[in-house]
Amino acid sequence: MASPAVPIPASRSVGGRARAGVDRYGRLVETWLRGHTLLVYLFLYLPIVVVVVFSFNGTQRRVTNWDGFSLRWYQVVLADKAIQGYLLNSVIVGTATAVISTIFGTMAALGLQRTPRWFRAPFDALTYVSIIIPELVIALASLVFFASTIGPEGVVTNLTGVKLGFGFHTIVSALALFNISLVMLLVRARMSGMDRTHVEASYDLYGTPWRTFWQITFPQLLPAIIAGFLLSFTFAFDDYLITTFVNGQGTSTMPLFVFGQIRRGVTPATNAVAAIMLLVTLSVLLLGQFLTRRRGATGRDTSVAGMIAEQGA
Amino acid sequence: MAAAVGDRARPVEPGRWRGRLLTGALMLPATLWYLVLLVAPIAIVLVFSFGNRTRIGGYSPGFSFDNYANAIRSPDPFLTSLFLSVVGTALCLLVGLPLAYFIATRATKRKALLIVLLVIPFWTSFLIRTYAWLLILGPEGLAGFIKDLTGSTSFRILGTEPGVLIGLLYGYLPLMIFPLYVTLERMDRALVEASKDLGAGRWATFRQVTLPIALPGLITGSILVFIPMMGEYVIPQLLGYGQVYTVGNLLYSRFLEARNWPSGSALAMILIVIMLAVVTVYVWLTNRGRTVRNVSVV
Repeated sequence: MASPAVPIPASRSVGGRARAGVDRYGRLVETWLRGHTLLVYLFLYLPIVVVVVFSFNGTQRRVTNWDGFSLRWYQVVLADKAIQGYLLNSVIVGTATAVISTIFGTMAALGLQRTPRWFRAPFDALTYVSIIIPELVIALASLVFFASTIGPEGVVTNLTGVKLGFGFHTIVSALALFNISLVMLLVRARMSGMDRTHVEASYDLYGTPWRTFWQITFPQLLPAIIAGFLLSFTFAFDDYLITTFVNGQGTSTMPLFVFGQIRRGVTPATNAVAAIMLLVTLSVLLLGQFLTRRRGATGRDTSVAGMIAEQGA
Repeated sequence: MAAAVGDRARPVEPGRWRGRLLTGALMLPATLWYLVLLVAPIAIVLVFSFGNRTRIGGYSPGFSFDNYANAIRSPDPFLTSLFLSVVGTALCLLVGLPLAYFIATRATKRKALLIVLLVIPFWTSFLIRTYAWLLILGPEGLAGFIKDLTGSTSFRILGTEPGVLIGLLYGYLPLMIFPLYVTLERMDRALVEASKDLGAGRWATFRQVTLPIALPGLITGSILVFIPMMGEYVIPQLLGYGQVYTVGNLLYSRFLEARNWPSGSALAMILIVIMLAVVTVYVWLTNRGRTVRNVSVV
C-alpha cells in the first residue's frame, strides 16, 4: 500500500474520509462518526472517573458532598480488619478460579482438536451455553445442585457422612464453569492462527511430542494462556451473583460487602472500597497488557486487549 | 517417499491407544465440569420445577405443573425483562455499530489504542461501574440537576426503566462492539468503493454492502447482550431500586428470600425456554433469504 503502482486519484485513496468531498453529506457523516465515538468513550469512562474522584472526598457526612481532597477514607478502609478479610477472600477466590480454569481450559483446547466429531459437537454446544447463559441461572442451578448433593441434607452427605457444605470450594467450582470455557476459547483462537511449520520442523528433528509441546507450542500459546488466567482472575474476584448464592460461613468476598453497603446506604468509605476494587482489576489488566504486548511475527495483535476484542469472532 | 521416512522417523503418533488416552485425559476435567456443574444442576432444576415446596422451605418430590401455572398467571416480570432486553439490545446496536464502524474503517493508526480503551472499562469491576451510576444518576447527580432545571418535583431516573436501560447499555455495550468490530475489520473495503463507483449513495452502500457483511457480527453481538440481559439481576436491583421488577429480581427473591425453590425452578425453566425461543426466531429472521456462513454464537 506504501507505493501503489498505478497512481490513484486522491479522492479514492483512503475510502470514506478522502471521498468526503465528493458526496454532499460526506463531511457531516464523518463529523458525526467522530463525535459519536468521542461521546461513547466519555460515557464508558465517566463512572470510573466519578468513583475515583469521590474516593478522595474528605467529607464526614454525605457521599456527594465534596469537602476537599483527602486520603482519610482509604486509611479507614485499609485499617478495617473485616474489609481486609473480604479482600483476602476475593483474592483467594480469584486465584483459585484462575488456576483451575487456566489449566483445565488449556488442556481442553489442546485435546479438542483430536476428539471425534460425535464428541466435539455436543462439547462445543455446552461451551457456548456455559458462556452465554445468564449468570443468575448458573448461580441458582449451582445452589440447588450443591444443596441437594453436599448440603446438610444432601444425597452425598447422607450417604458418606462427609459434611462438605458451602464454602470456597462451591464458589470456585461454580465460577470455574464459565472461566474454563473462556480460557478454552481464548487458547483455541490462538491455536487456529498458529504457524504449524515450527511443530513440523521439531518433529522432523526427532523432537518428542512432549518436548515439541513445551518448546514450540506452549510458548506460542502463552499470551492466550496469560490473558485467560488474568481475565478469569478478574471475573472471579469481581463476582457477585454466583458467590452470593453458594458462599458459606466466612467466605464473603469484596463484591458481597460492597453490595451490602449499597443496600444499606453508601458512605464515603464505600467509594474508597470501590476505588480499591477498580485499582485491583485495572492493575491485573495492565499487567496482562505488559506481559503480552509483543506482537507476533504474523502481525496479529497478541496483547490481552487485542485477543479479547478478537473473541467476538 | 517423504511419508515413509516421516512415519519411521517422527514419533508423531504415539500409538493409537496412547493418543486416545492422552486426548481423553486432556478433555476429562472440562467435560466433568460441564456435566457436573452445568448439565446436572439444570437437570435438577427441571426436576424441582415439577415438585412441591415443604413447609420449611425444602423440596418434596412430586409431579405437577402447578409451579408453571402459577408463574404464567403473573407474567409481569417476564414482560419487563423482555422489554428491557429488547430495548437494551437495540440501544447497544444503535450506539455500538457506528463506533465499531469508526474503529474498523476510520481509525488507522490509533486502532490498537481505541481497542485497549474499550477493553479497560469492560475489564474493570462491573459491580463498581454499575454502582457509579447510582452517584451519577441519583437525586444529587443528574436527576437533581434536571429537577432544579425544570422545577419538577417528582423527576427521577433511578428506580425507573430508563435508569435501568442506561445501566444495561453501559454494562453490555463492549460485548456488542467486539463482534461488530471484528466483522467490519475483515470487510473488503474494495466492495464499498465498487458500490460507490457504480453510483450507489452513502446510505445505499451502507444498507446493501456494509450491513450484510456486518450481519454475522450483528447477530453474535445481539445474542451476546440479549441473553445475559434477560437474566440480569445486579443492574435492575441497583439502578431500578428493585422497583423495576425483572425476572432476575423475582428469581433472586424466590431462591434466597422466599426460599421457594420449586416455584423458582419453574420460573428459571420458563426463562431458559424464552431465551431459546427468542434466539431461534432472531437467528431465523436475520438469516432468512441470505446464506450467512459461520454464525457462531461466541
